[in-house]
Amino acid sequence: MSEMQDYASRLSDPASRKFETFSYLPELSEDAIRAQVQYICDKGWNPAVEHVEPENAFDHYWYMWKLPMFGETDVNRILDEAEACHKANPKHHVRLIGYDNYAQSQGTAMVIYRGPIKV
Amino acid sequence: MWTDLLTDLDYYKGRAYAIEDVPGDDECYYAFVAYPIDLFEEGSVVNVFTSLVGNVFGFKALRALRLEDVRFPVAYVMTCNGPPHGIQVERDKFNKYGRALLGCTIKPKLGLSAKNYGRAVYECLRGGLDLTKDDENINSQPFMRWRNRFEFVMNAIHKAERETGERKGHYLNVTAPTPEEMYKRAEFAKELGAPIIMHDYLTGGFCANTGLAQWCRDNGILLHIHRAMHAVLDRHPRHGIHFRVLAKALRLSGGDHLHSGTVVGKLEGDREATLGWIDIMRDSYIKEDRTRGIFFDQDWGSMPGIFPVASGGIHVWHMPALVSIFGDDACLQFGGGTLGHPWGNAAGAAANRVALEACVEDRNRNGAEGLEKRGGDVLRAAAKSSPELAAAMETWKEIKFEFDTVDKLDVAHR
Repeated sequence: MSEMQDYASRLSDPASRKFETFSYLPELSEDAIRAQVQYICDKGWNPAVEHVEPENAFDHYWYMWKLPMFGETDVNRILDEAEACHKANPKHHVRLIGYDNYAQSQGTAMVIYRGPIKV
Repeated sequence: MWTDLLTDLDYYKGRAYAIEDVPGDDECYYAFVAYPIDLFEEGSVVNVFTSLVGNVFGFKALRALRLEDVRFPVAYVMTCNGPPHGIQVERDKFNKYGRALLGCTIKPKLGLSAKNYGRAVYECLRGGLDLTKDDENINSQPFMRWRNRFEFVMNAIHKAERETGERKGHYLNVTAPTPEEMYKRAEFAKELGAPIIMHDYLTGGFCANTGLAQWCRDNGILLHIHRAMHAVLDRHPRHGIHFRVLAKALRLSGGDHLHSGTVVGKLEGDREATLGWIDIMRDSYIKEDRTRGIFFDQDWGSMPGIFPVASGGIHVWHMPALVSIFGDDACLQFGGGTLGHPWGNAAGAAANRVALEACVEDRNRNGAEGLEKRGGDVLRAAAKSSPELAAAMETWKEIKFEFDTVDKLDVAHR
C-alpha cells in the first residue's frame, strides 16, 4: 500500500477552487475537448460559451459570450467561438454549456479553458 | 344491507377485468382490478393505499397477495403535490450538470458526537463530494441531539463551499416522533440556510411525508427520501407491495431523491426490474414493459422527476457500471467506499470524484455501450494523475457481492 498523503486543499490557495464537471481531471487535451463538443452536438443540445474571473466562479451567472449557438452542429465553429472568447479574456475560466431545451436545463457544462488560478 | 340500496353500488365496485397465469409459478395468478376514481380523495396517497392495500391483504381466503403495479390516471396524478422541486431544479440550485451527483452516508451511524460528525461531513465535501447524508437511524439520540448536529454540519458545508468553490449540501434528517417535532427541525434547518433535508417516508408515514414535501416546496428546500422498511413490504415474491409501487407512491407524496438500489452493491435488486423503477422515478411517461416488470403505461403529466439514489456497498470499481446503468440523473452514494479510504474521507471523496469524471469523460467520447468493459482501463488511466484514486483501487480491488436475487422477475424463471 502506498504511503499516506495529506489532502492539500486550502482556503488560502486559489488553486484549491474547483469548477464542477471535469475539474477533478487534468485539463482536457484539444482532442478530448473536441470529443465533448461532438457529444453535445450528437445529443441535440444547443452549445453556449460563458466566461468569468476565476475569483467569481462561484456565482450562478457568468458572462455570456454572445448568445447560445442555437442549432449549431459544426464542431469547428463552436471551438472557434470558445477560442475567441478565451483570446478576448485570457485570464478567465471559459465554460462550454450544452442547453437541453427538452429538459429545460443544461445537459452538461464544463470549463474548457482554465484561468491562471495557480498563484 | 338496506343502506346499499341508497347508493349506486355497481358504480363503486372494483372490477377484476383480467386474470393471467404467473409464468414459472404453478400457484399464483395476476389479477387486474380497476376502480372508479371517486373512491379516492384527491391528492391523498394515504387514502389510496388505505383502500388498495387494506384488509384484502388479510383475507383468510387468500394465502398470499402482492400489489405488483398501479396505474395512476393523469387526472389523479395532477391532484398530488409531488416532488417539491425535481431533478432540473436541483441541478440548477446546486449548479451540477452533465454528471451524476456524488454523495456519502456518514458512518458510524451511531455514537459520533455532533462536532466529530461535522468533521466527517467537512472532510467528504472538501474532497469533492456534492452531498453527504445523515444515516436513517440518526434522528436525535442522546449522543447527538439534532440541533447540535444541524449547526456543526452547516458549518462544515459553508467551509467546504468556500474552500472548493462548489455548492455542497447535507441531508439533515428531520424524521421525528411527531409531525410537530418534524416541522420544528425543518424550520431550524431552513433558518440555518440548509439546501436539503431528509425524511424516512415509510417509517415516518405518508401523511407526514406529504405534508413535509409541501412545506419543502413552499420553503425552497430540497427533500431527500430514505426508504427504511421497504424490504419488509417488497422483498417477498408472493406477498406485499412491489417497490415500483412504493416508488410511485413516493413520487405522488413528494420527494426529490429516493433510494433505488444499486444493482451492483450489497443490496437486493434485479437489474431489469431496477431499471424499470428508475424510469418510474425519473421519466414523464413510462410505457408498459413486462420484461422490466412494468404492467401499465404511466403518465406523470407535468410532475417533476426524482433523482434515484444508488447507495449501499459500492466503491470506485463499480463506477463504470453505475455510470452506464444510471446515466447522469442519479445520486451515487459511496459510504464505506469513501470513509474507508486509507488516507481519510477527503482522499476517498476525491478518488470517487475523479473516477466519476473519468467515466463520464470516456462515455461522452466513446459511447455508453462498452463502458463497463473499458472501465478498468479508464480508471487505471485516471489513477495516473490521482494518487487518491490509485490508493482506492488498491483498497477495494477484491470486494464483490455475488448473492443471487431473492425476488426475480417472473420472466427470469422461464
